[in-house]
Amino acid sequence: MMTADVALKKPNWFSRLANPGQFLAWSRGFVVPLAVVTALLFAVGLYLALIDSPPDYQMGQTVRIMYLHVPNAILSEAVYALMAVASIGTLVWRHPLADVAARAAAPLGASFTGLALFTGSLWGRPTWGTFWEWDGRMTSTLILFLIYLGIVALWRAFDDAARAGRIIAVFTLVGALDIPVVKYSVDWWNTLHQPASLTLMGDPHMAPSMLWPLAVMTFAFGFLFLTLYLVRMRTEILRRRAETLERQAARSVEG
Amino acid sequence: MELGPHAVFIVGAYLGALLAVIALIAYAAIDARRVRARLAALEAKGVRRRSADSPR
Repeated sequence: MMTADVALKKPNWFSRLANPGQFLAWSRGFVVPLAVVTALLFAVGLYLALIDSPPDYQMGQTVRIMYLHVPNAILSEAVYALMAVASIGTLVWRHPLADVAARAAAPLGASFTGLALFTGSLWGRPTWGTFWEWDGRMTSTLILFLIYLGIVALWRAFDDAARAGRIIAVFTLVGALDIPVVKYSVDWWNTLHQPASLTLMGDPHMAPSMLWPLAVMTFAFGFLFLTLYLVRMRTEILRRRAETLERQAARSVEG
Repeated sequence: MELGPHAVFIVGAYLGALLAVIALIAYAAIDARRVRARLAALEAKGVRRRSADSPR
């Protein structure tokens, strides 16, 4: 019997993690702890960023905008990378959770990108003397923002979620070409924007008194993303369940 | 805390970020509630019918 086979075969860890029903079950217990960690990180991070850390010797107090700007800029690219991976999952494996993962991330990524632009422009005015400059970094980040908005709008435009998922996955992967442009724009072109002070390899070009608040604020925004992402993914799974039930109900009415 | 001559930019950045974070949290919470209500309504109707004559 097939049911006996299925019952006997224990699902591996990935199917347990990624099956929508199982995902709803295991993720339930994570939402509140993640929210608590996020709140604690913000409390410590804001204390370090606004009270404990010194003004910069060149920029003075405006360096405090960095503790908002850099975490949001990092997330704007990281969330897009996550969406691109999910899009590959949609196109290659047609995994139902991949669609959910891509859709739930889009509005969050758009917000982080918007905040990176907003805080960057408020930092640019006192530091460079201008809110905006059409240089490589700013222009490519604005394009990233528009791509995000396009993806959010596309998700809302389709009725059929499965078809929407594949089309948007292709769009997302084409848009991913902008990510290396954002990342390396400061090295490729002459720009007002400074090159990266933090790299995965190598020592940071920053005093510890500023590195700490930056690190904690980055984790705070990162955990904010994880918390909201989990909530939004759970909502998206339930929304699809509701849509299926509604279609089922409509069909039974039609006979 | 003395924020110096550019205080308005610093305060503006933090206020803007605060508003955005509040909006994101509210959006996620409202969306979650709305979807749960939709499922609960379907369940209450027994899912088989979606007619307008449901009691309520």
